[in-house]
Amino acid sequence: MDKNSKSKPNSDLEEGMEPVAPDMTPDSINEDVAVSETGASSDDNLEEMSGMDAIVNEFLVESNENLDQLDQDLVDLEQNPTETGIIASIFRTIHTIKGTCGFIGFSKLESVAHVGESLLSKLREGELTINPPITSALLAMVDAIRQILSCIENSQNEGDVDYSELIGTLTSLQKGESVVTAVAASEAAPGLSKIKSTEEVSESLDEEEQSQPPAPLSQSPKSSVSEKQDDAESGVEKKQEGRGVADTNIRVDVKLLDRLMNLVGELVLARNQILQFNPNDQDSTYAATTQHLNLVTTELQEGVMKTRMQPIGNIWSKYPRVVRDLAASCGKKIRLEMEGKETELDKTLIEAIKDPLTHIVRNSADHGIETPEARKAAGKPEEGMLKLRAFHEGGQVNIEISDDGGGIDPERIKQKALEKNLITPERAARMSDRELVNLVFAPGFSTAAKITNVSGRGVGMDVVKTNIEKIGGTVDIQSTHGQGTTLKVKIPLTLAIIPALTITTGGDRYAIPQVNLLELVLLEGEQAKKNVEFIQGAPVYRLRGHLLPLIYLHEQLKVEKKEAKDTINIVVLQADDRQFGLVVEGVNDTEEIVVKPLSPQLKGIAAFSGATIMGDGKVALILDVIGLAQTAKVVTQNRERARVESSEKTQAAGSEKQTLLIFGIGKEGRMAIPLSMVARLEEFKRSDVERSGAQEVVQYRGEIMPLIYLSKIFNGNQDYAEKETMQAVVYTQNGKSVALVADKILDIVDEVITVQRGSNRKGTLGTVVVQDMVTDLLDAEAIVRENDPTFYEDQPLATVRIGN
Amino acid sequence: MAESKQFCTFYLGDLFFGVKVENVQEVFRYQDMTKVPLAPSAVRGLINLRGQIITAIDLRSRLGMEEWKEDKLPMNVVVRTEGGVVSLLVDEIADVLEVAEENFERPPDTIDEITRELVLGVYKLKDKLLLILDTKKTVHVGPAESLVATH
Repeated sequence: MDKNSKSKPNSDLEEGMEPVAPDMTPDSINEDVAVSETGASSDDNLEEMSGMDAIVNEFLVESNENLDQLDQDLVDLEQNPTETGIIASIFRTIHTIKGTCGFIGFSKLESVAHVGESLLSKLREGELTINPPITSALLAMVDAIRQILSCIENSQNEGDVDYSELIGTLTSLQKGESVVTAVAASEAAPGLSKIKSTEEVSESLDEEEQSQPPAPLSQSPKSSVSEKQDDAESGVEKKQEGRGVADTNIRVDVKLLDRLMNLVGELVLARNQILQFNPNDQDSTYAATTQHLNLVTTELQEGVMKTRMQPIGNIWSKYPRVVRDLAASCGKKIRLEMEGKETELDKTLIEAIKDPLTHIVRNSADHGIETPEARKAAGKPEEGMLKLRAFHEGGQVNIEISDDGGGIDPERIKQKALEKNLITPERAARMSDRELVNLVFAPGFSTAAKITNVSGRGVGMDVVKTNIEKIGGTVDIQSTHGQGTTLKVKIPLTLAIIPALTITTGGDRYAIPQVNLLELVLLEGEQAKKNVEFIQGAPVYRLRGHLLPLIYLHEQLKVEKKEAKDTINIVVLQADDRQFGLVVEGVNDTEEIVVKPLSPQLKGIAAFSGATIMGDGKVALILDVIGLAQTAKVVTQNRERARVESSEKTQAAGSEKQTLLIFGIGKEGRMAIPLSMVARLEEFKRSDVERSGAQEVVQYRGEIMPLIYLSKIFNGNQDYAEKETMQAVVYTQNGKSVALVADKILDIVDEVITVQRGSNRKGTLGTVVVQDMVTDLLDAEAIVRENDPTFYEDQPLATVRIGN
Repeated sequence: MAESKQFCTFYLGDLFFGVKVENVQEVFRYQDMTKVPLAPSAVRGLINLRGQIITAIDLRSRLGMEEWKEDKLPMNVVVRTEGGVVSLLVDEIADVLEVAEENFERPPDTIDEITRELVLGVYKLKDKLLLILDTKKTVHVGPAESLVATH
């Protein structure tokens, strides 16, 4: 539409109104209208109209469509003032809106539409001719209607913007008054504030005016409407960002966007295919062209994806109201802070997270934040704080909902979980606080001590979690009892085009969404044979000391393994809050893939979430990581889940954890020494060993280093003498070193060690279980001292001693 | 059946089939496809048809006929169905035939049960019989054998 024609004359006009029709205060008009119309219902009534939701929605859709047409019509009309067909069309539209909203009970909207209709009716009957002020006023009316509609859509009420000035303007114009005067007056009326009506003319239109310096009307009126609109919106009502009221926007059918998105998807595929052509011929033009194509495609893809992006503020906008109402009904004081409202994500995702987020916010306000009294007692400010934060990170949208409320009491969770038989008492005893807190995501869990009308019906966080996971997101909860709770939601930016890792199994390629991917592990040769262990037939791998359950993709998919290689590719994946390793035959590459749905014949297969077309034009299936994990029983059982959680937790805690060097003594002996005590690992040749009295020594870094044969100490055997090379742990203290000769260096592990005392064996601190095997913990100090009682004495002495 | 007299016809073994011509989007030669593990046995794979991914249904398997011989590659008859576009794999594609309504008959009860279920009726042509396939039923293949979604 033509923005230029609209705003300026309008505001000028309104400003000019007062002098001409002083007795006609906007408020009185407003009342007039309200009374004269069909006993308009109040906003309160709207609240009770949930049954009419469908009708309201239909009304909204229809009206918005009509309004788009209206803008165009009005501008056309200005060009062809005599075109009665256009007036009739406009009249009908407004009439329809008025009629419907009268029926549904949107009184404010009705009053605005009503005066507009009267004015139009005059125009239609030829009593008035269209002129710029009238056009502007009508356009302003259209905007006002749109604003109200967007309000209705966002918050199910008409909002509290006062439109009496606009109504006043329309009414005066209708009487054929003041048009000229208005324009003239406006030119000389920079001091706008005085025309503010006495009553609480809420900022809306007023502010619009103020934000614009009066412009001379002589030229075609110009003003940045979009800016104006923005001002109005942000200044007036946070609730309004939902619909694109801004006039710089074009309304586009979502279907068209979807089609564009599909086409761009095709283009991305074609681009990928072209990029894969091997540029053997070194044709620089070809290379440059493909490079260019690559760039343009990427930008186009981003651009089109952006068209589908909406700020998260769209759904946040109703939270102030939600929180306020909740606070009021619970007798709490809650301050809502929102950060990162402008963070954008795909429209479909916005829709998908709306309910889960609302649920979380309600939960926080209802359960999280305490009553003012309780807060006071706890030494907190009476006013609770609920904070929403959204930001982009790592190609994902992060949303954090935190409160400074009571937090989650792990004990209470435990009681509840026990009551509901979600966990066994034995488990409960072993669960960490963090594990307990995460139980709120367990199905059928509700911690509300009493059921309120807000939450606590037991359909809570598990649904939230399921819904967020459905769109490829994750949710995590952290809570400190007494201090508050933070929920972190991570969701992908878009669903249509995603980065994915392609892998091969059974000769076919599959794509794994990168969002599920944690890391890749490649085991070769010996490692491949040894490092996969079995617990009752279930394969596991020790990933930095933690057991990672392994799933063989070819078994899950029931396909033939193609090649028997001695390497194992483990794709470490995150499903739910669990990790597991997916064993695949080959790992190819990461690329952007376009997700396409599967046909109904294949919908039931949990292992796949969709299909995509690869760079070479072949179809590849997209693995559903969660589905795979579920069918492979990785995530279904609480027992399993808790186990990994506990290991995660210890990792987090970290305090008891040590990195141990494991080495072999004799045929079967296993010993461990904290890695922190190991200076380095060395290998010596038999021939390097010299003697210094009874002591065998080697020259090491310009020093003479004594050798201590551990197998001699512990096994009393002399095997070491026969070996060509020796592996030694160099132990250094105070600048002095000794080499502890082991028979075999086995491994380095991170492990929480719990020393089982009672080992009286000389030279050991005790026995620990490392990697499920009994391992002696070497008492290096005792052994060194045994060998050389002066080792730990002061440096100079020792130097002399070693120098001997 | 009365509403359509034009059929796109094809052969499966010695049987002569037809589907309503307005249901057929296109026909094309054999194209490589991607196997779908765990899929119902009648699903032969996925085909990239100009950027659209379509499911290929093995009509021989669907009708309980013996499998294709190694050297014989099936052809695609792409039909539009409620659930989207699906390709039916057939032995050989024949002409579009116009048939007279009076030659139509319900399928005899003696033919194979699966076939009878999927065949709407028979047109008696001069030299052979044309079996009319119910595409809707044909593309409705049973649920995946296993790994059915649990959530």
